Amino acid sequence: MSEQLDRGAVERVAKLARLELSDAELDEATTRLAGMMAHFADIDALELNDVEPMTQPYELVNVLRDDVPLETLDHDEVLAAAPDATDGRFGVPPILGLEL
Amino acid sequence: MSTFQSARSIAASVSTGESSSVDVVSQHLARIEEREEEVHAFNLVLRNEALQSAERIDERIAAGEQVGPLAGVPIALKDNLCTRGIPTTCSSNILNGWRPPYDATVVSRLADAGAVFVGKTNLDEFAMGSSTENSAFGPTRNPLDTSRVPGGSSGGSAAAVAAGFSAMSLGSDTGGSIRQPAALCGVVGVKPTYGAVSRLGLIAFASSLDQIGPFTHDVADAALLLECMAGHDPGDSTSIPHPFPSLSESLDRGVAGLRIGRIVDLPSGADADVAASVDRAFEVLADAGADIIDVTIPAFTYGLTAYYLIAPAEASSNLARYDGVRFGSRVETADTNSMYMATRGEGFGPEVKRRIMLGTYALSAGYYDAYYGKALKVRRLMAQDFATAYESVDALVTPASPSVAFPFGSKTSDPLAMYLCDTYTIPSNLTGHPAMSVPFGAGENGLPIGVQVLAPAMGEPTMFAVAAELERSAGGNHV
Amino acid sequence: MSDSATWTHEGFEMVVGLEVHVELATETKLFSGSPNRFGDDPNTNIDPVSLGLPGALPVLNRQAVELAMRIGLALNCTVQACTFARKNYFYPDMPKAYQISQYDRPLNIDGHLEIADGIVIGIERAHLEEDTGKSTHIGGSGRIHGSEGSLIDFNRAGVPLVEIVSRPDLRTPEQARQYVNELRAILVEIGASDARMEEGSMRVDANVSVRRPGEEFGTRCEIKNVNSVRSLGRAIDYEARRQVALISDGEVIQQETRHWDESDGRTHTLRTKEDADDYRYFPDPDLVPLDPGAEWINTVRSQLPMLPAARRIRLAEVTGQAADSEAIATVVERRQDDYVVAVVEIGGGAERVLVHVKEAFSEQGSKPSVPATDLAALVAMEVAGELTSTQTKTLLGDLVEQGGGDPKSMAAARGFEAMDTSELDGFVNDAIAADPDAWAKFCAGDGKAMGALVGHVMKASRGQADGKAVTAILNARKG
Repeated sequence: MSEQLDRGAVERVAKLARLELSDAELDEATTRLAGMMAHFADIDALELNDVEPMTQPYELVNVLRDDVPLETLDHDEVLAAAPDATDGRFGVPPILGLEL
Repeated sequence: MSTFQSARSIAASVSTGESSSVDVVSQHLARIEEREEEVHAFNLVLRNEALQSAERIDERIAAGEQVGPLAGVPIALKDNLCTRGIPTTCSSNILNGWRPPYDATVVSRLADAGAVFVGKTNLDEFAMGSSTENSAFGPTRNPLDTSRVPGGSSGGSAAAVAAGFSAMSLGSDTGGSIRQPAALCGVVGVKPTYGAVSRLGLIAFASSLDQIGPFTHDVADAALLLECMAGHDPGDSTSIPHPFPSLSESLDRGVAGLRIGRIVDLPSGADADVAASVDRAFEVLADAGADIIDVTIPAFTYGLTAYYLIAPAEASSNLARYDGVRFGSRVETADTNSMYMATRGEGFGPEVKRRIMLGTYALSAGYYDAYYGKALKVRRLMAQDFATAYESVDALVTPASPSVAFPFGSKTSDPLAMYLCDTYTIPSNLTGHPAMSVPFGAGENGLPIGVQVLAPAMGEPTMFAVAAELERSAGGNHV
Repeated sequence: MSDSATWTHEGFEMVVGLEVHVELATETKLFSGSPNRFGDDPNTNIDPVSLGLPGALPVLNRQAVELAMRIGLALNCTVQACTFARKNYFYPDMPKAYQISQYDRPLNIDGHLEIADGIVIGIERAHLEEDTGKSTHIGGSGRIHGSEGSLIDFNRAGVPLVEIVSRPDLRTPEQARQYVNELRAILVEIGASDARMEEGSMRVDANVSVRRPGEEFGTRCEIKNVNSVRSLGRAIDYEARRQVALISDGEVIQQETRHWDESDGRTHTLRTKEDADDYRYFPDPDLVPLDPGAEWINTVRSQLPMLPAARRIRLAEVTGQAADSEAIATVVERRQDDYVVAVVEIGGGAERVLVHVKEAFSEQGSKPSVPATDLAALVAMEVAGELTSTQTKTLLGDLVEQGGGDPKSMAAARGFEAMDTSELDGFVNDAIAADPDAWAKFCAGDGKAMGALVGHVMKASRGQADGKAVTAILNARKG
C-alpha cells in the first residue's frame, strides 16, 4: 500500500495535527506507524473499484430542524472555563504561522 | 456469575418502599469505600450527590410519586459522558478540570427514570484502548483478578458493575469497548444498533462508530437499561427516528425456531478456552431448539484494517477541538501555533497521539484514496457480507474477546497485539449492527468468558432472546 | 482603467473569478439554535455546537437550506442531493478546528448570472457552510502582525453562509463590479441575505490571473480583504497590472493568497502555496445527506419573487425607457419598481412617474410613503399642462414631506393656477421686445437662443408659466 511511512512524513503529519513530539517520540511513532501501515496492506488485495464507499452505518436522509432559537449557554459560565478570558472574549497569544 | 442484587429488584423494592434508595446507595458506596483503592474503577465518586439524589427519590416515593423504572438504582457513567457541572475528563489531561455546561441526552433520560449516579468511571484516554491502561489517571484493575486488566476502553464501567460499586453502568463502544471489558469482567455488555441511543453529549472518538450502551449483571437488566435510554433524539442527526422495539417480551421467548449462524471463515486467534465456550454455546442453543447454520463473512477478516483507518481518521478531526482556546488545559507560549503544538503535545497521551497521527495521515492529500477512501469501501463490503448472511440466519454467535482477562503490561509494547483484542467486535461497529457479550463459561484460572451475540440493525429483540437463552443455560440469570 | 467592455494592459487581458460568501438571513445558526444576530455583546449567542464543546452535535437548519436553494434557483443552478464535509484546519476563531462545508457534492451547481450587455457569467457552485468566529487583534494597530494577542468572539461562529463560486468568466473590473451588484440585488430580492459588504454579511474574494487573449489561463492569485464594490474594481485592476509587470520583467507568477490594503491601494502577499494547509476533507459523520427532492425544489422555485433583471425589463416595457438606463437601474435597485408600475396603472404618464420616483424618492424604501393615487394625480395634472415642471417638483417635494396629499388642493394652496393662453402670449410679446437679438437668432434657426426667451417669460411670470407651452408658442410664431 503506497510508499513507506518515513520519519519526514511522520514529522509533517505531527505538524499538520499540531502535536509537539520529542525526537524520541518521533522515532517511536515512525516505527509503530510504519508497522501498522504494513499490516493494513491486507486490503490492497481486494477488488474495490465497483464498491460504493459507506460513510453512515444507518442510512438516513434530510434530518432538519426548524429555524427556532433555543436557549444559549451562560456567558459567564462558559468564559470561566476558558484558559484565558478578557473582556468577555477568549484570549490567545499572537496569531502567527496560521494566517488564512 | 454475579452475586449482587439486580437493578430490577432494587427498583422494585425502592418503588414499593420496601427498601430506601438511601440504603441501597449507601451499600454501594460502602463497597466502593472498601475496594475502590484497589480497583480504581472511578475517576470521580459522586458520594454526596448520590446520597442527595437518593434522598430526593425516597421523598418522592413517600409522597406517592411514580419515580420511574430505575427508581433508586445506582448507576456509574463512563467519564466520556457529559454531566452538567461535574468534571468530565475522558481520562485525559487535556480535559482535566473541565465541567460541561450541559448533560448528555442519556444522562438526562436515566435521571428522569429515577437513576442515581454514583460516579464517573475510568477509561482508556478518549476511549482509545482495550485495557484501560491508557488512562492518564492510572489503570483500572479487574475486580475478579487485580493482576489483570478489566479490558477497555470502558474498563472502569465494567469493573464498577463486576465489583458491585453500581448496579449498572454506561459505557461507549467504538470497536468493542463495551463488549470486550464485559467479557473480561464477567458482566453483560451491549452495543446497541448505531443510532438507537443518542450520542449527544458523548465525547466523540469516532462519530460513525461510537454508540453508548449498558453494562449490567444480567441480560434482563441490560434490556431494562437499554429501553430507558434508547429512542429518537432530535439533537443527534444520526439518531434513528423510529420507536425502539420493546425487549422485555424477548427475554422468555427462547430460541426455538431461530436460525443462528456460525461464521465458518471467522479469523482465527481465539484461545482454546474461549473457542470451547463458543462451541458449547452453539450446543446449548441447538438443544434449546435453534437451527445452527454455517455462514461465511469473507470481509470479517478485513475489519481490523478498515476500523484502524476509519476510527483514527474521524478521531483526528474530532480531537482537533482540544486546542487550549475555549476550555481544558493550555500550555502558555509566545504565539498561537506553538501554543497549539505544546498544549496538544503535552495534553494527549501516547496512544491518542499515535491515533491522531495515523488518522491525519490516512486523510492527508494524496493518501485519502489509498487509505480512508479504501477503508470506506471495505466497510461497504462488510455490510454486504453481513446482509447476505442475515438472509439465512436471524443472529450470529462468536467470541467477544479472543482471550480472558490478560495481565497488565502484556500487550502495551505492541499496539497491534492490543488492536487484535477487537477482532471479533469491530465488524458490528462498521456495520452499525447491535451486538452484546454475555458471560458464558470460564477459562484460564476460572476467569470469565464472554460469548458475543450479533443481530441485524434494530434486531435487538432477537439478540436479547439468544443472550437470555445462553444466560439460562449458563445458570446466570438471577431474580 | 478601461471601460466595462474591455480591459487590456500591454497586450494582456485579465481573467477573474469571484468567490462570494453571503450570510443567510435566518433566525438561528446553521447547525444549532443560537440566534444569528449581528452586533450583540461578544459570546452571548453561543451554545455547545457553535463553541465546539466536547459532545456537541450539529443538526441542520431547514430555513438555511431553503434560502440556499433560493439562491441556487435564482442563479439558474441545478439543485441536487448533497453531503456535508469537514474542512480541517486550526485557527482560533474556528472552534472545532474544522469547518462544516460542502465539498464533492454541493447543493447548487452549474448556474449563471447575466450582467450588462448580455454577458453571461458562469456559476460553478453555491454551497452551504458555517461561518467562523471573529478575532480582534490587540496592539499592533489592530493587525495580525505585531499584535500582542487576539480576542475571539464566537457569536458569528456557525452562522449559515452560502459560498457562490463563479467561473473565471470576468474580464474587466467593471464586469466584476456589475456581477457583485447584480448578485447583491438578487440576494436582497429573494430575502436570502441583507448582503452588506460593510457589515461583512457579504464578502468577496477574487481569483485574478492574466494572459494574452487566446492563451491558456495564467497562474492565479487570490485577493482577500476587499470590503466594497469600489475596492473590488481597484484591487483587481491593481493585481492584474502587477502580474503583467512581473511577466513583462520575465518573472513567473507564484500562486498565492494576497491581501488588499485599502490604504496604499496595493495587494500584499498573505500566504504562498507552499504553506497552504492540507484540509483533509472527509464526509462529516455527524450529519446525514441532504436530498431536497423535486417537490421541495419546485415549491421553492414557485415562491421565488421576480428577480431584478426581469423587474428591469418589465419596468422598461411599462415606461418605454431602455432596460439598462440609469433611471430603471436605480428604481429597481431601490425596489420601487412595483410602486412605479402601480402609479402608472392608475394614471399613465409613465416616463414622468419614473423620473419623479428616481429623483424624489431616494430616501424612500420599497414602499414609498406617498400613496400611489396621489403621485398619479400629480403626474396627471403635469401631463395635462395644469402644472409646470417646476410647480410639479415643488408639489412632489410637499407630497414626500407630508407622506401624501391631494395635489389639486395642494396646488391651489400654493397658488399654482394654470395660465391661460392670452396671458402667456403677453409674456412672450414682452420677451421678444426685451431681447430682439435672441428672437432674430431663434428665427434664423439657432435653437439655443430659445433658452434666453423662455428665461424672460419665466422670470416675468415668476415661474408660473409652463415651459412647454412657451416653447410651443415661440415655435408657432417663428412659423
